Amino acid sequence: MAKEYETVIGLEVHVELATKTKIFCGCSTAFGGAPNTHTCPVCTGMPGSLPVLNKQVVEYAMAVGLATNCDITRDCKFDRKNYFYPDNPQNYQISQLYLPICRNGHVDIETESGVKKAVRIHEIHMEEDAGKLVHDEWEDASLVDYNRSGVPLIEIVSEPDMRSAEEVIAYLEKLRQTIQYLGASDCKLQEGSMRADVNLSVREVGAEKFGTRTEMKNLNSFRAIQHAIEGEKNRQIDLIEEGKQVVQETRRWDDTKAESYPMRSKEDAQDYRYFPDPDLVPIHISEEWIARVKDAQPEMAPEKKIRYKEQFDLPEYDINIITGTKQMADIFEETTALCGNPKKVSNWLMGETLRLMKETNTDPEDLTFSPKHLADLIAMVDKKEINSSVAKEVFEKIFAEDIDPVAYVEEKGLKTVNDEGALRKTVEEVIATNPQSVADYKSGKEKAIGFLVGQTMKAMKGKADPSSVNAMLKELLSQM
Amino acid sequence: MANVISDETIEYVGILAKLDLSDDEKEQAKKDLEEMLDYIDELSELDTTGVEPMSHVFPVNNVFREDVVVNGDDSDNILKNAPEEKDNMFLVPKTFD
Amino acid sequence: MSDILSLTAVELAKAIKAGTYTAVDAMQAVLDQIDQTESTVHAYVTIDREKALAKAAQAQKKIESGELTGPLAGVPFAIKDNMCTEGMLTTCSSKILSNFVPTFSSEAVLNLEKAGAVIIGKTNMDEFAMGSTTETSYYGVTRNPRNTEHVPGGSSGGSAAAVAANECFAALGSDTGGSIRQPASYCGVVGLKPTYGTVSRYGLIAYGSSLDQIGPLCKDVTDCATILETIASHDPKDSTSMKREDTNFTEALVQDVKGLKIGIPKSYFGEGLQEDVKKAVLAVADKLKELGAEVEEFDLQHVKYAIPTYYTIADAEASSNLERFDGVKYGYRAQDAEELHRMYKKSRSEGFGPEVKRRIMLGSFVLSSGYYDAYYLKALRVKALIKKSFDDAFAKYDIILGPVAPTTAPKLGCSLSNPMQMYLGDIYTISVNLAGLPGISVPCGVDAKGLPIGVQLIGDCFAEKKLIRAAYTYEQAAKEVQ
Repeated sequence: MAKEYETVIGLEVHVELATKTKIFCGCSTAFGGAPNTHTCPVCTGMPGSLPVLNKQVVEYAMAVGLATNCDITRDCKFDRKNYFYPDNPQNYQISQLYLPICRNGHVDIETESGVKKAVRIHEIHMEEDAGKLVHDEWEDASLVDYNRSGVPLIEIVSEPDMRSAEEVIAYLEKLRQTIQYLGASDCKLQEGSMRADVNLSVREVGAEKFGTRTEMKNLNSFRAIQHAIEGEKNRQIDLIEEGKQVVQETRRWDDTKAESYPMRSKEDAQDYRYFPDPDLVPIHISEEWIARVKDAQPEMAPEKKIRYKEQFDLPEYDINIITGTKQMADIFEETTALCGNPKKVSNWLMGETLRLMKETNTDPEDLTFSPKHLADLIAMVDKKEINSSVAKEVFEKIFAEDIDPVAYVEEKGLKTVNDEGALRKTVEEVIATNPQSVADYKSGKEKAIGFLVGQTMKAMKGKADPSSVNAMLKELLSQM
Repeated sequence: MANVISDETIEYVGILAKLDLSDDEKEQAKKDLEEMLDYIDELSELDTTGVEPMSHVFPVNNVFREDVVVNGDDSDNILKNAPEEKDNMFLVPKTFD
Repeated sequence: MSDILSLTAVELAKAIKAGTYTAVDAMQAVLDQIDQTESTVHAYVTIDREKALAKAAQAQKKIESGELTGPLAGVPFAIKDNMCTEGMLTTCSSKILSNFVPTFSSEAVLNLEKAGAVIIGKTNMDEFAMGSTTETSYYGVTRNPRNTEHVPGGSSGGSAAAVAANECFAALGSDTGGSIRQPASYCGVVGLKPTYGTVSRYGLIAYGSSLDQIGPLCKDVTDCATILETIASHDPKDSTSMKREDTNFTEALVQDVKGLKIGIPKSYFGEGLQEDVKKAVLAVADKLKELGAEVEEFDLQHVKYAIPTYYTIADAEASSNLERFDGVKYGYRAQDAEELHRMYKKSRSEGFGPEVKRRIMLGSFVLSSGYYDAYYLKALRVKALIKKSFDDAFAKYDIILGPVAPTTAPKLGCSLSNPMQMYLGDIYTISVNLAGLPGISVPCGVDAKGLPIGVQLIGDCFAEKKLIRAAYTYEQAAKEVQ
């Protein structure tokens, strides 16, 4: 009988913090920029340079720790992690090993299939990001850009509490939602501002002891994480079934080939010789400081849900979607504040916005349209200045390019024609040229009026108000 | 107690320190390390139970910077001493990661 | 013109202000002296004559216009080659930095320049400040101007020799385990290591970050106080820089030691101390007693543990601090190394000298997996005990008095063959760095061979003024005897 296996997964999640400057120097953290244009002696490891800690990094790390139920370490400090690699200009990374800023937290998750559990957080520590290596085919060499070197990161280390890819995704979604609400990071996997390393082992169902685990890196989408978990689980089970050993090692996942391979070379002893960084002084976190960070914490998703229910009386499903990400919730609240009609705003988000997001493969955090433009659009529909099909067309433009709907409608001449004389004339013409449909309607086929409305709208290039057209048709047909 | 440093240990420390020692240098390094460690072992005479390791002499903490951008593009200076550069980046032997 | 070189830095600045000399005269005199003695002494790695003269001319203009009025305006200075100087080669006396031209200057150098001092060039040192003789320099040894058969001490040997040979009026050095005080003592000049955090380390190429301090090497105690006052600053770029209110050190230049309590550690005068040195140092204690100080012998605890503690901590930090020298961003890169790790190893093995490699190996070992607790943490615990010993001593005494080194300057070529023996020579200076204390070395005579002897005064943290007062009082009294 085939053995049954259980997958045991722990995650190390790196999140780039949303500070303006790097963790130890006054260089910008802005994404992009020509190579090495956001660098200085400190973040390129020049001899004689020294680090000075960015206070905001500590506050963001504390905020995330508090929101994930961690204990805040009152006296914490930085350590050096020593290893040679060109993206690491000092050949040591300033990180925290001995006294990380947060410990012993947990996050409550609920998977799509309804599993509810708490994933424990072992620790959260602060550290600096590395630079970027680019392979140069022409020279058959590598090129180093230190723009990302020194960008602040927190590493959130979970306990091995997850048992499936589904739980991992739910955990990551929850972390992302929490951190985005705090404004501590935008958590974009594709751009690397959120990255997950997966520690995975398998064991026979019912076994007490954990199996030997491997660590997988280079996972930059939920899809890749899912594939990597499945792939690694199967690889380890195959090894065990063949009577071989799983080797504890770091592996790199290649999503295009759908396989992983070991990263370690014999020149990497993986002995990081951590010791307290003598260039940085300890951090003391007082009760008062913790209280201040707590007070500054914005309204989080669970509180928002309760408030939306009371204040806006929206369906629970809609509330869940809208509060699911901070970006959606912000758009909803700001648009509602401008137009005063939460139901309509919700309809636009749940309908057209979700449709376009799916069509264009856009994540909520990448929504760029301004609440003002959506509010203006809703107002124009309310005032019957445009009809709903024109509105949808205009919204596509708002969604894609954040155009100003008032100017756009004006410029393209999309306003509804409210000239009754012109409408009457067009309807008379449509009735005259479609005797069959008129006859059908007259003989009781009420549906035939739809065709006539359509013909009228077409003749008026869509710029008529469909309900006015309908009324006019009925009036004229009844007179026949 | 005399410390004995093996060939493997010297090899290993060489990898950590990224130093390539000749055979003579390795023998010398073994001797030096053994001698220094014997000397350092004198510290074990001291009872340090309950003594906190002292990294910093002064109890100073919370030295911070405000989160304000003060550095502009200084890439010309940063690359000035580069042994090899290309396209405003530092050129190194091919790496796999 | 010839006697311009006999002036101290402060006297020179006064003479320039008075119009007796110009800053250019002073620089020219120093450069002429360099022409005379440098081929023997070899105090410098780099001398930039043109720039030095041009800067001296600029300083002179500012002095004449009244823009520069400070006590060091127009004075030619030498800088140890481990402090970054913008646009001027900075090698740490190592091959691995043989082509490194910093794009910024260290804070201490900037403070000097702001005060109108003019940089002549960069002085020779033990490679990366690792050594006690300036013989580990990649650029050749420096000789002691008092007797060129002998070493000048180290690691700031070039700075001490430059001052002693009148190849500058004053110099900056750095002190991690005695590297200012010991060469000052060997060359017969004044040298001071300030309380940790008093002078910014920004721009100082680190050896042992928790121990390194920059300080002056100069002709007398007045220069010493004046230079320290100029370079001390709270620097937001250095997290370990201290905010001090009491940096007006020249106020302590008073002849008065009445009631000053001086402790003499018995163990500092035991076996291994050269007899001439012992006599000269104890004579200083007698002199100060005569002038009204209370002098008493006492037992300083844990002295013998200072050296192993120091080498564990300093080498551990150094092994990490020197990782950045890898041939990627600056400095020497070995040719024909196609693979990354080959390139690292080849560049570093060819770029570092034997003493640096020895310390990197030890430092890497004591931090490595399985040894960290037994060696590194143990050393940090003993460091706490050593600090406590000094706290206890300073509860009773204002100043601790002792020798700087067990002997006067050894002959060239005698030290490197036995590193352990060389390390033991640091016994009196090293614990001062471990405890973050200030220490000053003041000349107090010569031995039978005519080699200078220095006395060391050690103060509690932030008590430089007491040191300066005692040193100044002794110096003035000794002058009167002559």
